[in-house]
Amino acid sequence: MLQYILRRLGLMVLTLFGVSVAIFLLLRIVPGNIADILFDSAGLIDPAEKQQIVADLGLDLPLVTQYAHWIAGLAHGDLGYSYVSEKPVLDEVLPRIPITARLAGLALLFAVCTGVPFGVVSAVRQNTWLDYGLRVMSLAALSMPSFWLGLLVLMAFVNWFGLLPIYDKAPATWGAAILMYGVPAATVGFRSSALIMRLTRSSMLEVLRQDYVRTARSKGLSERAVTFIHALRNAVLPVITTIGIETAFLFGGLIVTETVFNIPGVARFLVEAIRWRDYPMVQNLVMFIAVVVVLVNLLVDLAYMFVDPRIRLRT
Amino acid sequence: MREIVYYGRRYPLGVIGAIILIVFVLTAIFAGVVAPYDPLTTNARASLAAPSQTYWIGADMMGRDMLSRMIHGSRISLAVALGATCIGSGLGALLGLASGYLGGWFDLIVQRFAEIMQSLPLLVMALVITASLGPSLVNTIIAIAIPLIPNVARVIRANVLSLRELNYVEAARAVGMGQTRIALVHVFPNTLAPLIVLATAQLGSTILTEASLSFLGLGVPEPYPSWGRMLSESAAEYIRSAPWLVIFPGLAISLVVFGANLFGDALRDVLDPRQGD
Repeated sequence: MLQYILRRLGLMVLTLFGVSVAIFLLLRIVPGNIADILFDSAGLIDPAEKQQIVADLGLDLPLVTQYAHWIAGLAHGDLGYSYVSEKPVLDEVLPRIPITARLAGLALLFAVCTGVPFGVVSAVRQNTWLDYGLRVMSLAALSMPSFWLGLLVLMAFVNWFGLLPIYDKAPATWGAAILMYGVPAATVGFRSSALIMRLTRSSMLEVLRQDYVRTARSKGLSERAVTFIHALRNAVLPVITTIGIETAFLFGGLIVTETVFNIPGVARFLVEAIRWRDYPMVQNLVMFIAVVVVLVNLLVDLAYMFVDPRIRLRT
Repeated sequence: MREIVYYGRRYPLGVIGAIILIVFVLTAIFAGVVAPYDPLTTNARASLAAPSQTYWIGADMMGRDMLSRMIHGSRISLAVALGATCIGSGLGALLGLASGYLGGWFDLIVQRFAEIMQSLPLLVMALVITASLGPSLVNTIIAIAIPLIPNVARVIRANVLSLRELNYVEAARAVGMGQTRIALVHVFPNTLAPLIVLATAQLGSTILTEASLSFLGLGVPEPYPSWGRMLSESAAEYIRSAPWLVIFPGLAISLVVFGANLFGDALRDVLDPRQGD
């Protein structure tokens, strides 16, 4: 067990190293240079001033040196300065993390709380109209761009309640907080919910065919006990794995949803940083995302071993 | 023909998906003929015109006919969907075939690369790649194709690993066939079914990713009318004043992706029943 965790941690470090090199190089083959943009936007004309900007930002150093500076900084918790706001990257990013984390947590909660029950219903009532309806619904949910769903939700709120639940300042009351986080979270989570439903359904169907389910039935257990105690407990295992994969998907959804609902989170910030070619910001944000995704996947695998003794025996 | 009728009866939803896709492809090909107006001609007097007999689904801020823009927008979605899926699946299949068949250090390197790429969400990868290549149609296609590679490579590799051990491959080796020839002639054709299934499953997500990129202003640039960008131009402000600008492009995206998903699901059941869902 310990050996397994150590091996995974080692692989994780290797992967993150690869991500850091890839991102670093990718951002430096860019045609438009940040120095040009800053130079133009400041309305400067003197080429010497441009040289000054390049030197100040350290853009004239060899790539390897720039990379080493970045990694060394990371190790010390110094993420450098934003090219655009000239504030430390850490100060810009840290306050945004809880906002996105809350959204992501709520979205996952929504996805699991709706996806699993609907999946179970769909499997138990296989090939009935209810099942068909739920399956078509889930496929439709997977087909909708989440930013469009967000826009539709906003439109509904405008029409029915005459208000826009978009973020303007930190919510003061609990009600406001639920509205401000809950609505966007449900919008992002809708897609994951459909995915979890489909997975729960197929996994339930698989489990319901097993011998131990027949045994449970034949010893006279109620259908409810068979479904929820014997079948669901085993069917839900693969769903845990998807939650790991879903965090990555969820982040993609959060990028557009935070933009639609005007939420000052990490995901929307990444888009802004990319538009501004703010290298230090982009590379640190992407690194942060990679760390989160890799960590969640590790945790999910460990959780899996914890809940399913069959896997623990195999490793 | 008889087979098509047989499968059509068994998978009615797949038929619906196929019809949606065919209409979509035909619209894209004949956009110039079908569209009532030029998608780029502006008309100040028609700015934000509501749906009417002249403008069936209204006009945008610059008075351009929405229906014509949407019809032409299908070309972008089709180009991106086909381009990104072909490049991504092609390269992924090649890498998967090579790493599964050759094994050894090559396999190890490919695996690590796949792991690195999979630790970033598709949209984040695509965003960073477009940011670095600059906005253009070709770059958008590349940016969406690259993140597809690792997944395809993994599935094909796993497939090749099991095929490699089969008797007929052994037999080919025994009669002295070259490695490349075995890989291409005997192993590769047997990975085609899962490859096609995987590629169709990705059609929808490529269209969605393009829409998201364009919505964020980092996808296909002006003057091409892309569905995603039509939504970002119109977004928040028009929710009150011109809701048709928000409703229709999104509906078009959803419908086409829905068709692709229905068709993909049915195709998987027909070609590769083992994969299941």
